[in-house]
Amino acid sequence: MTIAIVDQGAADPDALPVYRPFPGPASKRIVVGYGFWIFLLSDFIMFSAFFAAYAVLSGETAGGPTGKQLFDLRIVAAETGALLASSFTCGMSALAVQTRQFGKVYAASFFTFLFGAVFLGLEINEFARMVAEGAGPQRSAFLSSFFSVVGLHGIHVTIGLTWLLVMLAQIATRGFIPNTMRRFLCFALFWHALDIIWVALFTVVYLMGTAT
Amino acid sequence: MLGKLDWSAIPFDEPIPLVTAAVLAVVIAAVLGWITLKGYWPYLWRDWITSVDHKRIGVMYCALSLVMLIRGFSDAIMMRSQLALATGGAQGYLPPEHYNQIFSAHGTIMIFFVAMTFMVGLMNFVVPLQLGIRDVAFPTLNSVSLWLTASGVLLTNISLVIGEFARTGWLVYPPLSELKFSPGVGVDYYLWSIQISGVGTLLAGVNMVTTILKMRAPGMDLMRMPVFCWTSLASSLLIVAAFPILTATLAMLLLDRYLGFHFFTNEAGGNPMMFINLIWAWGHPEVYILILPAFGVFSEVIATFSGKPLFGYRSMVAATMVICVLSFMVWLHHFFTMGAGADVNAVFGVMSMIIAVPTGVKIFNWLFTLYGGRVRFSVPVLWSLAFMVTFAVGGMTGVLMAVPPADFVLHNSVFLIAHFHNVVIGGVLFGAFAGYNYWFPKAFGFRLDERLGKAAFWCWFIGFYVAFMPLYALGLMGMTRRLQHTDNPLWTPWLVVAGVGAVIIMAGIGFQILQLVVSIRNRDALRDLSGDPWNGRTLEWSTASPPPFYNYAVMPNVEGIDAYWGMKARAQEEKLTETVYEPIEIPNNSPTGFITAFFAVVMGFAAIWHIWWMVVVGLLGAFVTFIVFAWRKQDEYELPADELAQLEHDRAEVVA
Repeated sequence: MTIAIVDQGAADPDALPVYRPFPGPASKRIVVGYGFWIFLLSDFIMFSAFFAAYAVLSGETAGGPTGKQLFDLRIVAAETGALLASSFTCGMSALAVQTRQFGKVYAASFFTFLFGAVFLGLEINEFARMVAEGAGPQRSAFLSSFFSVVGLHGIHVTIGLTWLLVMLAQIATRGFIPNTMRRFLCFALFWHALDIIWVALFTVVYLMGTAT
Repeated sequence: MLGKLDWSAIPFDEPIPLVTAAVLAVVIAAVLGWITLKGYWPYLWRDWITSVDHKRIGVMYCALSLVMLIRGFSDAIMMRSQLALATGGAQGYLPPEHYNQIFSAHGTIMIFFVAMTFMVGLMNFVVPLQLGIRDVAFPTLNSVSLWLTASGVLLTNISLVIGEFARTGWLVYPPLSELKFSPGVGVDYYLWSIQISGVGTLLAGVNMVTTILKMRAPGMDLMRMPVFCWTSLASSLLIVAAFPILTATLAMLLLDRYLGFHFFTNEAGGNPMMFINLIWAWGHPEVYILILPAFGVFSEVIATFSGKPLFGYRSMVAATMVICVLSFMVWLHHFFTMGAGADVNAVFGVMSMIIAVPTGVKIFNWLFTLYGGRVRFSVPVLWSLAFMVTFAVGGMTGVLMAVPPADFVLHNSVFLIAHFHNVVIGGVLFGAFAGYNYWFPKAFGFRLDERLGKAAFWCWFIGFYVAFMPLYALGLMGMTRRLQHTDNPLWTPWLVVAGVGAVIIMAGIGFQILQLVVSIRNRDALRDLSGDPWNGRTLEWSTASPPPFYNYAVMPNVEGIDAYWGMKARAQEEKLTETVYEPIEIPNNSPTGFITAFFAVVMGFAAIWHIWWMVVVGLLGAFVTFIVFAWRKQDEYELPADELAQLEHDRAEVVA
């Protein structure tokens, strides 16, 4: 709501709240960040539909392997570590963008990309192993939903890595123009949002899937 | 090389689509030839196709919708005439496979490409003007949204000639829509059209939410926004919250069909009912996405033409937001017959009845706004009054079907068909037409012809009742939906009456086309120089008609609800001060939207026909387009203050 209450501090606790009218259109940085957040919320909802499908179908193994037989929590732990590490370095690079330090941005982004790629490699490896064992997405409804919900996250990571490369190329050719800096802000939001999704995936798919 | 595509894809044995396609090809060639002869291409490219101006985009959305209304209505009148003819031993003129495509295409087109497209168009055109700002939050993205919607439209229409459309109904229920039972390309046409246009709609929703929440003119507090902005906000929030579910659900069906997944199959643990649940978790909010902006239109129209502020503004806002939330809690009433049990059905039945309460609040608010007002019975008001009567009837049959035991009797009967046409035509479409007549002078600077507008209105109003009241009776007599022919002689008279109704509606559409043509021809007589032809209350009437590309030379300062009404009242007391102009940032035109949409069509068409190399070409093309856009040097230019002052001065001279 726009009926803002001005903070009067401790000076005058009895003062009435002051009405301030809406100040007018927000700055471009705020509008872009806000709009991207709204988009991310819609992305969360898309994931939630896949989570719902997984919840419905997770028991429908059609005589095929179950999650308990397929999931290797050590690999998943390594994936989690890689993703969290890449988020940390992503935060570092976002800070370095604020202060316009080329070297730090490149260094931190290098590790962001590296850890992201490690995560993706581990996931592709896990998928390939399962398909080779005859536990591909065509095997059962459970596996269809598993590959879809985890794969959707993987596709997002792939898009994020591509986006990161494009943005670095832009910083290299154009420097820190406001456009790119706003884009980096959005990228950081996106990358951290993928962590949130991963926490849910880790819990709902892997932990609950391997629990007795 | 060309995947599944070969000459057998062209339906040489079906004269109706072929003749239609031939006529369409001639018409399109004639239009394109005329544009070329007149040398309009540079103008079209510069001022429309690459435009990122929300007003032009809004107008293009509405134009697209009106063209598709004709397509959707052709389907409708074919069905009505088929059913009026095909009774007893007669088979009519539409074979079952074709008839199945027609009802599927009719529903898909009318919901996605007529109702949805028109409402998004109205929001685009009106909301920034009402908020007193110069454009939406992301102008280029807005253009991308428009052209992605157009891509979906194009793919759907290509299916008329190349291949076939879905034969599964407009929501492609599995297992019928699975590869095993629908091996053709029809369902794929549906899926890719809706996926592509759905992305456009989602982006439009994100854009609109950001615009309304972050971009309002100074002083435009939330509780000072015109009601149309409120309903647009609610509708856009629903788009953001519901369309991802549609995308996800259709993506699952695509995975089933293309990669042999088992989400909704009968084998390997798939669950078809999950599709029905998921699709209606989008589908029920969708009907409120459509009707809420229409509620906004009626609120504006009734307040303006009654010469009164809207009665119960706060309750109107509250009712809108309550509907926004409740719309997510009723989806199961679309399939009480699933067998979820008495308790679940009772909860959803009660929820469905509760959602009628805020709608009732709105109806009373409109009635009390009319009460004691000096109502001018102009065309938009006629549509609004007809809406109140018709929507109340449709709402009551809806509440009737919200009773699970009654629904078990009426499920999938034509009673249901009558009900949802009653609310969608009587609500959404009447709202679209009210808005069309109301804001047309704002968009083009001249009014639409009143007499022909009234003729169109009466044909639609009467035609609707003649066409759909018989379906209520037929539903109670046991006629189910999606029948290609009937063999019950008791039904025949009702079906003939319904067919007559469709013909009356056709006359209404004819009058609407005539109204547009005549109004354009008489535009000098119908010209409105004031910018405020209806004595309006909200900010959009304070600028010129059509508004300059910057909307407002000086951003208005809002001091209350009905901001323009307040300004007009104060203007009689205050003396005009010298306006101080400041430079304005104007976004540059961009072909990004159009080119992206082109590649989306390439990608979609290739995916439908399994032409994999072309899918890659489409995706790469879209990617390269984005990269080029990302590297743009300049995305806006500055309109200097003195140039702006000159433009405003010139306009003042024209008005004087």
